[in-house]
Amino acid sequence: MNAPAPATAPVRPALDHLDWLEAEAIYILREVAGQCSNPALLFSGGKDSIVLLRLAEKAFRPGRFPFPLLHIDTGHNYPEVIDFRDARACELNERLIVRSVESSMARGTVRLNSADESRNKHQSVTLLEAIGEFGFDACIGGARRDEEKARAKERIFSFRDEFGGWDPKNQRPELWDLFNARVHKGENIRAFPISNWTELDVWQYIEREGLALPPIYFAHLRPVVRKGNLLQPVTELTPARDGDNVELMQVRFRTVGDITCTAPVESDADTVHKVIAETATTTISERGATRLDDQASEAAMEQRKKEGYF
Amino acid sequence: MSAFEHIPEFGSPVDSGLLRFLTCGSVDDGKSTLIGRLLYDTKAILADTLHAIEKTSLRRGMEAVDLSLLTDGLQAEREQGITIDVAYRYFSTGTRKYIIADAPGHEQYTRNMVTAASTANLAIILIDARKGVLTQTRRHSYLAHLVGIPHLVVAVNKMDLVGYDRTVFERIRGEYLEFARQLGIEDVRFIPLSALNGDMLVDRGDNLGWYDGPTLIDILESAPAAHSESDERFRFPVQYVCRPQKADDPLLHDYRGFMGRVESGEIAVGDEVVVLPSERRSRIKDIQVGGRSLSRAVAEQSVTLLLEDEIDISRGDMIVRGDAKELCPGASAPGTVSTRTALVTRRIDAMLCWLGDSPLDARRKYVIRQTTRDARALLDGIAYRLDINSLQQVPAEGIGMNDIARVAFKLAQPLVVDRYAENRATGAFIVIDESTNNTVGAGMIL
Ligand SMILES: Nc1nc2c(ncn2[C@@H]2O[C@H](COP(=O)(O)OP(=O)(O)OP(=O)(O)O)[C@@H](O)[C@H]2O)c(=O)[nH]1
Ligand SMILES: [Mg+2]
Repeated sequence: MNAPAPATAPVRPALDHLDWLEAEAIYILREVAGQCSNPALLFSGGKDSIVLLRLAEKAFRPGRFPFPLLHIDTGHNYPEVIDFRDARACELNERLIVRSVESSMARGTVRLNSADESRNKHQSVTLLEAIGEFGFDACIGGARRDEEKARAKERIFSFRDEFGGWDPKNQRPELWDLFNARVHKGENIRAFPISNWTELDVWQYIEREGLALPPIYFAHLRPVVRKGNLLQPVTELTPARDGDNVELMQVRFRTVGDITCTAPVESDADTVHKVIAETATTTISERGATRLDDQASEAAMEQRKKEGYF
Repeated sequence: MSAFEHIPEFGSPVDSGLLRFLTCGSVDDGKSTLIGRLLYDTKAILADTLHAIEKTSLRRGMEAVDLSLLTDGLQAEREQGITIDVAYRYFSTGTRKYIIADAPGHEQYTRNMVTAASTANLAIILIDARKGVLTQTRRHSYLAHLVGIPHLVVAVNKMDLVGYDRTVFERIRGEYLEFARQLGIEDVRFIPLSALNGDMLVDRGDNLGWYDGPTLIDILESAPAAHSESDERFRFPVQYVCRPQKADDPLLHDYRGFMGRVESGEIAVGDEVVVLPSERRSRIKDIQVGGRSLSRAVAEQSVTLLLEDEIDISRGDMIVRGDAKELCPGASAPGTVSTRTALVTRRIDAMLCWLGDSPLDARRKYVIRQTTRDARALLDGIAYRLDINSLQQVPAEGIGMNDIARVAFKLAQPLVVDRYAENRATGAFIVIDESTNNTVGAGMIL
């Protein structure tokens, strides 16, 4: 038997809030592995999915992950993020599957209304095609409830019908930590291990774990155009138009997604520590400061989720 | 998220950990407004979110900002001004992180309230000062008590609509205490407030001078965190077995890690353990997280256990301590032997909340999931149904949606259970209907 603990040590040391969130996320990942026969983990190279990968390491090492990584590529991603994605998968020695919206366009299953339309919402189609192709019965994603008001309503194990649709008015009861991942063929579970994390929790965890991120998460100089209270980056895909006032600004991304719908914020935070300080005192929410697609309507996210979006 | 008080040092542990609470009570008592106001007063609402709900409030013809829009995020909820499903919200005070669940008040959505309650450690039960204790107040109080929420706070809301009259508060308090006594609820506190005006949430306000108790936020800040109250017996349901297939790595060749979360108690390297239901014994050889070794693991930690001996263990098995005082092999029926017993059983007595749209069918087999284990189950009798108004036990032929009943189930495979009153993690189960795969019942083992 081991020696008794020294008298000064607390009998039951409380886990701090990050320890607790980490333990919950590991538990959720293992439930997916234990209950589902063919899951996949969505990995985009963004900060939330980078955190997911670290949690998966904690959950399954020294074993391999019991699922492949899956990225639905809109073809409109920042190259730094794609490079990071590939490097990280390689470093972890895990299988990465990439399916692209452009292939769905070539097949004709995705049709754009206009050439410069954001491909963000069309990811749902490509995702459902990938689910069908590989027969995935569960997809693990890095969505957080604090991101958006419809996400705030979603279960940790969210049932999706054959069309990938979410029915917010009729969700499965989710009691205690007894997650129910049972589905019939064709149906699907979306599992969200970091549901209960906030943006600040994510950054604090990145700092604690010393996680590497794509460089665009930190302050850098970039040409941008002000669009209302958002900054539209000037890129090949989103060139400046006549009359636009292009400014070179010190910015960073709070979230990385499709180039056409993700805006950076003005910032000189060039370290994780500085980003945490900014995040703790910001007055604008993550999506509010950065998403060109959610501003369209009050229920944009809910609508997309009903159609199969993450 | 902006911090309420400045976060003392970034990255430093939040020392009082985390508290999960929910708001519940009858329809329109002001649950969502209360949460909105709490977030607003703790400066946890960001400017753009506030701006968005201001716009929505205006468009809907309201004069002031409707703070309930913060949690009522679904289109259907906003259209009807009601809550349909739980919303989760987060804020931090610098000393504590909070996970708030806003439960719906409508009876139709009781199952969503149970979802919110099952993980909470404190419940705020709202009562409309004009209406007093209603059936739904009783139902939610009973459910909160049944799922073992140790701390109840009764918030008598809308005090502004009764002229902040102390006698109204005292009358409701008396009425509720009578009801609580019948249920055996011990830890209940009362607070008068106006969620709309923010009286007694974070600020005391000027209208409730006669009340000298703590504000709502003070109650939340000082409520004990869950882990400090949980069972001390070690319970480790195995979620997943790790067998790295790396023949070339001699260190991993014989590696067999049992992955799971410590649901209660703690364990250290060298401790003797028993695996249930097989009753095989071994000792803890190593405790790991992500391949790194620890000397011990405590409640709520997710770890991997390695044992000295090669024994057959798979998902659904439970690892407990070998000490006699934590384990009493041979005992067979729950509740009959020592209270400090982990029990392997093929029959359970339980309180059951039925959540399914269609009634419990006594002829059909259901799946019961308890910890990480599944067993097929058949109803083996209904002792009674609980009448929520009178708290009377009434005889029942069947059980329908939102009913609460005492039942027994026969099981095709054994489960390893504790009484729910002693261990929320090992005493809880859900009932799954295999034809729809839906979760149709929530059970608490007696
Ligand atoms: N005067 C007054 N009105 C209040 C107060 N709290 C809430 N209300 C109003 O009561 C109505 C219902 O409030 P909600 O917060 O939506 O009620 P709820 O309990 O969340 O309702 P459900 O979730 O649908 O059961 C709204 O019109 C609120 O503005 C209060 O303290 N005083
Ligand atoms: Mg409400």
